[in-house]
Amino acid sequence: MEISANTQAVAYLVSAVLFIFSLKGLTHPSSARRGNYLGMIGMAIAIVATLLGSEVSSYGFIIAGVVAGALIGGVLAARVQMTAMPQLVAALHSFVGMAAVLVAIGTFLNRQAAGTLNAVLMGELSAGIVIGAITFTGSVVAFGKLQGLISGAPVRFTGQHALNALIGILTIGLAIHFAMTGSMVSLALMTVLAFIIGLTLIIPIGGADMPVIISMLNSYSGWAAAATGFTLHNNLLIIVGALVGFSGAILSYIMCRAMNRSILNVVFGGFGSEAGGAQSAGAVAADKGVKSASVEDAIYWMEDANRVIIIPGYGMAVAQAQHALKEMMELLEERDVEVKFAIHPVAGRMPGHMNVLLAEADIPYDHVFEMDEINPEFASTDVALVVGANDVVNPAAKTDSSSPIYGMPILEAGRAQHVYFLKRSMRPGYSGVDNLLFYQDNVSLIFGDAKDTIEGMVTTLKGGGH
Amino acid sequence: MPDTLLALYVFVLACFIGYFVIWGVTPALHTPLVALTNAISGIVIVGALLVTGLEQASGTAEIMGFFAVLLASINVFGGFLVTNRMLAMFKKKKK
Repeated sequence: MEISANTQAVAYLVSAVLFIFSLKGLTHPSSARRGNYLGMIGMAIAIVATLLGSEVSSYGFIIAGVVAGALIGGVLAARVQMTAMPQLVAALHSFVGMAAVLVAIGTFLNRQAAGTLNAVLMGELSAGIVIGAITFTGSVVAFGKLQGLISGAPVRFTGQHALNALIGILTIGLAIHFAMTGSMVSLALMTVLAFIIGLTLIIPIGGADMPVIISMLNSYSGWAAAATGFTLHNNLLIIVGALVGFSGAILSYIMCRAMNRSILNVVFGGFGSEAGGAQSAGAVAADKGVKSASVEDAIYWMEDANRVIIIPGYGMAVAQAQHALKEMMELLEERDVEVKFAIHPVAGRMPGHMNVLLAEADIPYDHVFEMDEINPEFASTDVALVVGANDVVNPAAKTDSSSPIYGMPILEAGRAQHVYFLKRSMRPGYSGVDNLLFYQDNVSLIFGDAKDTIEGMVTTLKGGGH
Repeated sequence: MPDTLLALYVFVLACFIGYFVIWGVTPALHTPLVALTNAISGIVIVGALLVTGLEQASGTAEIMGFFAVLLASINVFGGFLVTNRMLAMFKKKKK
């Protein structure tokens, strides 16, 4: 069976509409799964319509590629830990980037053989290759940083920006030369330089800015798809590329706003070193006049509270404390304590990371609140429990205009009657800024692994308490 | 209107759709959003199929196309399945 170009175009339109509805489904958790299914249907229609079109006539390599890809993708999706979601996403972004590069070069070879190359097409091919290549190496670096294969600390040296600018200008020059002459040498050099840009662009960005990097690369992968659409004059790819590109761009914007920093500052700023030695936590704490508390102290206030707000951060993910938190939540609810979770937009290593981890632990999403919703409630809250978060509750962001995090919107945990920090050590957060909240009268620190501490709280609650 | 200009029209209008649709997404689902857009950007598979399936494609183009199909498929299948897995976990309080 073969379908006409017009039938194919209609099928692509249906597919594009389904993708729009698919994204629209994520407006609310109750419609989200349906949205995902619509996306699957849209993709199936697009693939079948392409295969049935007159342009595709040999299927051997295609079937092999799809079957292998389905197996690998299926296994990855089934096996990945929820805490490792940022790594998986970074890996998948790199695949889109590389696929875009391969498609562009493959298209060049096919068109060259057919003698149908022209300057506009080669300009579009260059865009596809450059964006795809940057997405690829950028995502590989992001993956390496997330997986701990390379240091999460920003890598900086003098003349970095000048070097990047030089490589950028060279790449554009080569792209223009390639478009004008079709020179294979320019094509190859341009491709290599674009791969290098991806590397030098992401290497200087610190681990704390991962939510922005992930969003940015998400955006790039969309633009790579759109550029591929331009080379193939395929409107479906252009539409989808624009949707994905904008999705990533908006997420980047939301993440930057949540840190009160501009995207340029994130990309070129090299914020936050992960330095800071692991000194003896207790000793430093005592020096600085910080109170430390025991599990029993915290439970004493929590079990009779009206409301407890839990603020999870990346430390919760590292300690895998979410399941213990869920158990504690249930025990407190049995005692008629209202338990809520407060999420800062940049908590974790990617947008919405904490929400997924809490959902994984079966914590209902109507217990989980965003910053703007929950901030007015802290003043009437008995206990705020900060689990592995730091900068996002630091009042220095409001009061100390010399602080690097000044102006960043924070969760106002300090307004609660009692605040307990679960911390492994006195190390500052990723910004490297000391947390002023530690020295407030109503604040105590409980040192130790977050999961062990919460499990201790659960045991104490089960023991019947006081 | 030349094809490229028409493509530009489509692109710009689609950007506006993206802008309005994405602002509606609830922050709680931002991780599934990234995973879903990841799956959807696997649409480059269409380009990969066109390169690989061309009757006159050279051996080199076919090999490149094969790897592009492979990578894009990993994205499509991995992306949709992992999104589904995540979304299945988002539950309301049991009554």
